[in-house]
Amino acid sequence: MTEAKKRRSDTRMVPVPSHSIVPERDVDDIPVLETRHLGIEFGGLKAVDDFNLTIGKTEIAGLIGPNGAGKTTVFNLLTKVYEPTTGAVLINGQDLHGMSIVQASRLGIARTFQNIRLFDKMTVEENVRIGLHNQIKYDMITGILRLPRYWKQEKRQHERAMELLDIFGMQDLADEVSGSLPYGAQRRLEIVRALATEPKLLLLDEPAAGMNPHETEELMENIAKIRDRFGIAILLIEHDMSLVMGVCEGICVLNFGRIIAKGTADEIQANPDVIEAYLGKKKEG
Amino acid sequence: MTKAKRRRLIYNLVTFALVIIAYIVLQNMIGAKAISRSLKGLLVPICAWIIMAVSLNLVIGFSGELSLGHAGFMSIGAYTGAIVSGWLLAAFDMQDTTLRLILAIVAGGIIAGIFGVLIGIPVLRLRGDYLAIVTLAFGEIIRNLVNVLYVGTADGKLHFSFLNKKLPEGVTMLVDGAKGAVKIKPISTFTAGFILILITLVIVLNLVNSRAGRAIQATRDNRIAAESMGVSVTKYKMMAFVTAAVLAGMAGALYGLNSSTVVPTQFTFNQSINVLVFVVLGGLGNVLGSVISATFLTVLPEVLREFADFRMLVYAVVLILVMIFTNNPLIRSFINRLFGPVKSLFRGKPKSVSGGDLQ
Repeated sequence: MTEAKKRRSDTRMVPVPSHSIVPERDVDDIPVLETRHLGIEFGGLKAVDDFNLTIGKTEIAGLIGPNGAGKTTVFNLLTKVYEPTTGAVLINGQDLHGMSIVQASRLGIARTFQNIRLFDKMTVEENVRIGLHNQIKYDMITGILRLPRYWKQEKRQHERAMELLDIFGMQDLADEVSGSLPYGAQRRLEIVRALATEPKLLLLDEPAAGMNPHETEELMENIAKIRDRFGIAILLIEHDMSLVMGVCEGICVLNFGRIIAKGTADEIQANPDVIEAYLGKKKEG
Repeated sequence: MTKAKRRRLIYNLVTFALVIIAYIVLQNMIGAKAISRSLKGLLVPICAWIIMAVSLNLVIGFSGELSLGHAGFMSIGAYTGAIVSGWLLAAFDMQDTTLRLILAIVAGGIIAGIFGVLIGIPVLRLRGDYLAIVTLAFGEIIRNLVNVLYVGTADGKLHFSFLNKKLPEGVTMLVDGAKGAVKIKPISTFTAGFILILITLVIVLNLVNSRAGRAIQATRDNRIAAESMGVSVTKYKMMAFVTAAVLAGMAGALYGLNSSTVVPTQFTFNQSINVLVFVVLGGLGNVLGSVISATFLTVLPEVLREFADFRMLVYAVVLILVMIFTNNPLIRSFINRLFGPVKSLFRGKPKSVSGGDLQ
């Protein structure tokens, strides 16, 4: 076993060869996401420290932890909103070092946001079309002069946007201003918009926040459906344990910026460190 | 056709129709001599200010950056236009005023665009309100530079100098320092202004309804989200800013070639703020609003001449009243109720008139 392979096998959450429904991830040597000793300091405070994680193709992984554990900071590191102080992020084996948010996005990493960040003055369809920005292109002059290519590409964008909105049955909302949508629909739209960028890795930051149990269950099914249909890997942050335990194949628990446990749902539930982080230490005697 | 597309199409059609109808009516009034001299003199400036307002709206309303030096670009356009027009006449004896005007306007747009790029490259990379500060300074710098600019033409060559002494003997002065651009042959026409407005509207409206325009609006609504979607924020902010600069330069050339002199004090910070007022009053991101408010607020001071000393006071009061009325939810709902039946004509299905939108 080469050194790189060994390291990956150490940081993987799902054992290799996994017993997943999608065997292809084990065939491929290069994981979709790999982080090595990732860390960031804010004025001496280590918000994230020595974060090692590997996610294989089409794997659904969960990142959980108490409030303030640094989960969203990890997302910001992965998407280059923050430049890490230590360590590296690799997407499909490519180092993100020195890249901008835009470059990271073009490598195939897309995300949703904890505090929803839609383009709220634009319509639902326009939001999705921004996701298609680098997929279906034409230049500014073509747009101003309304050349034939404009009409062709606009039509393609429209059709693709509708196709994507169909995942959540949101086609009827296409013309609504996105800022006026109900909360749950805004969350779903963020996922659609992220999917439009044709990512290889989708990061979902609390996708079920503010949803009722029924909606959460629906979301759970949809997350699995999205993975199967698009063949992408998904990493999600979530506080709703029914969703995390239900859909995630591998789970990573973060506390005070450090990984305290990694493994499958059953392993995590039985882990004493995790129970302590969530419920506090059991009193002696 | 989807509802949103339909709404947009109607909005664009109304905008174009309004401008075209206004042009036809005014042309007929000029033909029938039914228009006062002072208003006739205002026609070209109105066109120029409309273009200024629409182009600034692209920066402020659509890309969400505050630019406080739009008059600076206009100044560059006006001077470039005057120099090019004077030079073409002196050096090539070009009597065709239409061709001269076109070349002057194009030159004005290009030079202003170059300055737009030079300002945009460093500033639009930054986050925050830097653009406001830098464009504010830019407007003042341009004003001071043209104040000491001397341009003359001799033997078909242009001579530039920031010190009068360096210009050779016997040149025909085109720009004479603080006296401004002198002896301009006014060649701007109302028709030229009208066509330039149409070009501006086509550029701006088509741009905002295209891939690039959506990217521009996305950077306004949420910078981080736009970047996460792979939209290069700097590129699209730049696109909006430079397009606006080019249009302002063209408006400047049109404006400058409407009178016999252009002086530096015509393009002060106050003028930039004036254009900003047009944009805010017309509504951010509302092109039709910009057209109407630019027209209204350019004509208003002339109409208020009879108030003599109180002119600016009345102007301010009118401005405040308009702002209050257009933003008052009760009055908005009243207006909506008033125009509800008209609006429903354009809708696919008849809709009962609601209490108005209180958003």
